[in-house]
Amino acid sequence: MPPAEPPLVEARGLARRYGAVRALRGLDLTLERGEVLLVLGPNGAGKSTLLRSLAGLLRPEAGTVSILGRPLTRDDPDARRPIGLLSHQSLLYDELTLTENLVLAGKLYGVPNTEARARAALEEQGLLDRAEARPRQLSRGMLQRAAIARALLHDPALLLLDEPFTGLDFIAADRLRALLATHATADRGVVIVTHHAAEAWDLVTRIGVLAGGQWLLEVPKPDDINAFQARYLELVRG
Amino acid sequence: MTADTDAARGIITRGVVLTLLGLLGIAVEMVLAIKFTPVEALQGPAQKIFYVHVPAAVMVLWVAVPLAAIAGLLYLWLHDPRLDRFAAASAEVGTMFCLVVIITGPIWARPIWGAWWTWDGRLTLTLFLFFLLLGYHTLRSAIRDPNERARFSAVLGGMGLVLVPFIHLSVYLWRGLHPKPIVLKPSAPSLPPEMLRTLLIGFAVTFIFYLGLVTLRYGIQLRDDLKEAADAA
Amino acid sequence: MVNALKLAFAIAGKDIRVELRTRTSLLSAAVFAVLVLLVFNFGRDPTAVATIDLAPTILWVTVSFASVVAMNRAFTVERENAAFDGLLLAPVPRESIYLGKYLANLAFVLVVEAIALPLFILFFNLDIVQALPGIILTLLLATAGFVAAGTVFSAMVVKTRFAELMLPLLLLPFMVPPLIFAVKTTAPLFAGRPLSSVVDGLRFLLVFDICIITVSVLLFTAVVDE
Repeated sequence: MPPAEPPLVEARGLARRYGAVRALRGLDLTLERGEVLLVLGPNGAGKSTLLRSLAGLLRPEAGTVSILGRPLTRDDPDARRPIGLLSHQSLLYDELTLTENLVLAGKLYGVPNTEARARAALEEQGLLDRAEARPRQLSRGMLQRAAIARALLHDPALLLLDEPFTGLDFIAADRLRALLATHATADRGVVIVTHHAAEAWDLVTRIGVLAGGQWLLEVPKPDDINAFQARYLELVRG
Repeated sequence: MTADTDAARGIITRGVVLTLLGLLGIAVEMVLAIKFTPVEALQGPAQKIFYVHVPAAVMVLWVAVPLAAIAGLLYLWLHDPRLDRFAAASAEVGTMFCLVVIITGPIWARPIWGAWWTWDGRLTLTLFLFFLLLGYHTLRSAIRDPNERARFSAVLGGMGLVLVPFIHLSVYLWRGLHPKPIVLKPSAPSLPPEMLRTLLIGFAVTFIFYLGLVTLRYGIQLRDDLKEAADAA
Repeated sequence: MVNALKLAFAIAGKDIRVELRTRTSLLSAAVFAVLVLLVFNFGRDPTAVATIDLAPTILWVTVSFASVVAMNRAFTVERENAAFDGLLLAPVPRESIYLGKYLANLAFVLVVEAIALPLFILFFNLDIVQALPGIILTLLLATAGFVAAGTVFSAMVVKTRFAELMLPLLLLPFMVPPLIFAVKTTAPLFAGRPLSSVVDGLRFLLVFDICIITVSVLLFTAVVDE
């Protein structure tokens, strides 16, 4: 029997405070390849803190995060390589063209054939004709696609999404859902943080409800979204 | 929660007691300096200011500021908010002592050196230290996130720790008028015993005063932090 | 190691490309330097003080103030669209990020100095051709140190209110040792003495650079790691 592969994400006892406010208190999370986790919760529940901790952008006060068995630490930058982050901010430089932005990202990740890869990524997102445009010249939907191109450039095994549907119209949101559906294959994992369960319901395999920096609920996706919504409201209000 | 608040109140009370003790001690030292210590033959009564100036200067340069910087660096390692609270308190009290040094210096210098201000090595160092401390407090006041505030001010403190010897060296080579250190010399202290006694008492009471103020400041900060936590919850 | 340097160059190259495209900080710093030189020219009595006596001071005050202007923008470009998160997220050592930002800042400040120095010679009618190598060496050594500190501080102040005011407040004390030694080193050079007479000053500047760069690299991580 081959040795069991370590889980894609393994977080143990994550805790973090902002001054006096406790954003996370001893949170555990395990995500295997092929799973798509939806994280729900009211404002200030700790969703963004959780996501930034998983991305290695935030050092938890206590607890550890391992990606594919490799702990995220200051001294091991390569442990961050399997992570891709898509948020409502594009992470793109306004003064650089889309191509330049992607080529830079490619260099940072050590992607081979950077130029060709950047071009292919733009083509995938239907942005080839805007390759020389600056991010601020793009519409919200196009900007989101450019951000996706950047986030997926290095083919991350773990995709973290921080309220990715914010500011998107129906068409752009549908497009994003379709893209995520193709991306969420058996060898990748996705964590989606959002306010609205319905936005990503069809994509996900598990649901977590976060409040006060702890899981109120962490279950496989229930069958009925309406029953779940009612339960969610009850949980959060109670 | 109330236990923590009680603890904060206890620290504040201890701070007040220590501060008052320190003040009382300084008053005693003043009486001792003025009434029971001989007048220095060359400098006359102006030398009396030395009993305030020197302990305050030692407190800034060797206690308040280095401890603040070291506590900051320890914070970067351990991330314990108590270290940040202490660093901020010590820097604040240090700034006050630094001001005392800068004010008492010229008062003494005017009759003795014949000038309020000279660009003497240690004088200039103290002045720059004062500006570094002002920068430290300004930086703190401009950051809202407590973790960020603690980190950034610790970084500034660490950078300052490296800078200060260089400032000292560079202004020292600029020529110095300042009297040489008198107590901490390898040979026997060159101060008459009565003066030395008063000065040593000065060190002791100023240190108690420093401890009192730092404890007080620490306690107040702790109380405010707890209040903020209670409001947030 | 080679890879860490390559990443640093990629980051520095990005900063330089952005700056060449906007020219905001380079241009304002250069104009600022020229203005300071002009103000100095009219702020002195040419019949009372010989230019050569004042020259080192004028050069160094101009350079230090213009440098602050040039460094102020270093991290504002990272703030747009949270682009800095993109750097921190990548498998790039923090030291490479620091080095990249440092090299870019160094390039900007050196460009401003390269503009200010000829104008300074021109405006004040100095005949210092034989001293020029020594003066350039001093400029390089003095700049390398305070830009290292400035890079750390500009990463901090970008997250504060009144960032533009905060940077000079924090950085100017760190300019004092290099400034004093640069003035001390350049004064004999202006007076026509050989480079060998100022070796001690250059050595001091080098030691200062090494110490400040080391502590800056070590502490930068603490600035960017939330």
